[in-house]
Amino acid sequence: MSILINRDTRVMTQGMTGKTGLFHTRNCLDYASGKSAFVAGVTPGKGGQVVDGIPVYDTVAEAKEQTGATVSVIYVPPPFAGAAIDEAVEAKLDLVICITEGIPVKDMIETRNKMAGSKTILVGPNCPGVITPEEIKIGIMPGYIHKKGSIGVVSRSGTLTYEVVEQLTKLGLGQSTCVGIGGDPVNGTKHVDVIRWFNDDPETEAIVMCGEIGGTDEEDCGRWIKENSTKPVAAFIAGVTAPPGKRMGHAGAIIAGGKGTAAEKISVLRECGVQVTENPAGIGDLVVEMLRA
Amino acid sequence: MKVHEYQAKEILRNYGVVTPRNVVCRNSDEVPDALAQLGGSVWVVKAQIHAGGRGKGGGVRVVRSEQDAVQAAGEIMQQPLVTPQTGSKGQPVRRLLVEEGIPIQSEIYAGLVVDRTTQRVVLMVSPEGGMEIEEVAAETPEKIHKTFIDPKVGLTGADAESAARFCGVPEELVESAAKLLKSLYSAFWDSDASLAEINPLVVTTDGRVLALDAKMTFDDSAIYRHPELAGYRDLDEESTEEIEATDAGLSYIPLDGNIGCLVNGAGLAMATMDIIKLYGEEPANFLDVGGGATAEQVIAAFKIMLGNDRIRAVLVNIFGGIMRCDVIAEGLVSAFSQIELKVPVVVRLEGTNVERGKQILSDSGLTLILADTMDDAARKVVQAVRGE
Repeated sequence: MSILINRDTRVMTQGMTGKTGLFHTRNCLDYASGKSAFVAGVTPGKGGQVVDGIPVYDTVAEAKEQTGATVSVIYVPPPFAGAAIDEAVEAKLDLVICITEGIPVKDMIETRNKMAGSKTILVGPNCPGVITPEEIKIGIMPGYIHKKGSIGVVSRSGTLTYEVVEQLTKLGLGQSTCVGIGGDPVNGTKHVDVIRWFNDDPETEAIVMCGEIGGTDEEDCGRWIKENSTKPVAAFIAGVTAPPGKRMGHAGAIIAGGKGTAAEKISVLRECGVQVTENPAGIGDLVVEMLRA
Repeated sequence: MKVHEYQAKEILRNYGVVTPRNVVCRNSDEVPDALAQLGGSVWVVKAQIHAGGRGKGGGVRVVRSEQDAVQAAGEIMQQPLVTPQTGSKGQPVRRLLVEEGIPIQSEIYAGLVVDRTTQRVVLMVSPEGGMEIEEVAAETPEKIHKTFIDPKVGLTGADAESAARFCGVPEELVESAAKLLKSLYSAFWDSDASLAEINPLVVTTDGRVLALDAKMTFDDSAIYRHPELAGYRDLDEESTEEIEATDAGLSYIPLDGNIGCLVNGAGLAMATMDIIKLYGEEPANFLDVGGGATAEQVIAAFKIMLGNDRIRAVLVNIFGGIMRCDVIAEGLVSAFSQIELKVPVVVRLEGTNVERGKQILSDSGLTLILADTMDDAARKVVQAVRGE
């Protein structure tokens, strides 16, 4: 088992014929069952083309109908990415993973509002994607650092997730699924959603969550864990040294009006029974300790 | 992107928000003309800088004669203005806003921001105008009224009127206060703002409702579709390093420590700052070179970091991901051979072909300190800065 995606998942790439979309789709094709998983591309006006053996369609609905793909990954440039998500939601896909960074917040507010009542799950935007090691990789993460196993990983960051995954793999701890939820202030899936899914996944034994300054999602997640989680959770929150009022790279990583500090998040998570390390190089070790206890 | 008060008021006036009549001055010599244009016998001279807390720093003065106005203007512009938000060096004042005095009956707070939890724009109002909204929220949260706005509908007249009544606006002025709030929302929504704040919004003794102050910031990701806002960017309010960083596609924020950090990815960049602090030293900056970390970006990043004379060592922490480490290493070598490395540089590389990458760095003849892991890198840079 795993969450969200596995070797039977069928995927379409929105923005397939662009430079970024093509580069990353090729990498995904080369990973584990990628060749059978990636079945369609979508680029308006380029329908009928075949790229690297993958048929390209004009619309998401057509790609779904023709290939049976129920998941999409989006590399469409920021001005058009909101509409690309809307199209995937209207086509009633199960899961939409949006990699695009720099989508205007207003577009995401409108897109999320349209998604009310929809069953489609959105991961991202501004995220590295989702990987179930040794089965399927959908996104821009380096596949080779991952190893199949029983640790669920959820994170707002890209390279920090790679750092954590590498620590786990070097310690012999494989991952069930790794989910990058992205660093934007208005996004789809939250920490708490992913942790709920990991909690229900029989293959996941323990969970690692990486948070960062900004918003209160980590706190909300902590409260859910306290009430509901049957699995141990280890956490790291980036940005203890971040000054207030400054956006730290990610659009959503900002301490505003005294809210969203790392100290507050760490304190709430600890109160909720989450194991928190303040050392980003010690996350793997913390999981080892946690599993021993 | 931040804009000045006078610019925010200009934008809001285009949407029908009433503000005091005002004139922008570049120096105290221009003040007498401004007073003559405005007329009356009471004026306010306000420093125009991007940082808040101007009143507390002495950057807002009420004056009652031309002589006082010229003197106040001179004093405000004489030295950098220090406010709770500028840091101890303060911010030079290059423009003043001279406004007509307003007979205030009551002061209200009104602000719009994006609420991350509900994923909607929220209108916050409070009868405690003139105070920092964070203080009101912390001490008397019951004095804040929030309206979460449906993006398809916008701010409704009924919601705007309830907000005005909550703030104690006299019944005969509720309609004009509601109209102002609706205009504020339209300005916010149309221009892709991330913040629009009127503090205070005032009811005057002669029965008017107007914006005494105004603050707006805009979503950087949406500036591309607002050519009308491009002219509002004020490079004087940004440091040279910040401008260079933006031009090179880097995300850079200076801090007070002495270990420079060059990292790819925002989360890892923050984590790198955090581990330096955890091991007993302080980071000198946040610097995210993005996913690629090209030679050009690394050169620009080093020039910016080494321009800070507090820097005693630099930690380069690159997790290549899909990028090959040998390519990144070649970029680093090319960058380092074009700049003078005045301080110890610790390099931690991870990713595909990492061994080949490290080989390139050690064969380069450059005096770099190579590290194997993030932990190793942090320890080595802390040792280097302490001269151990």
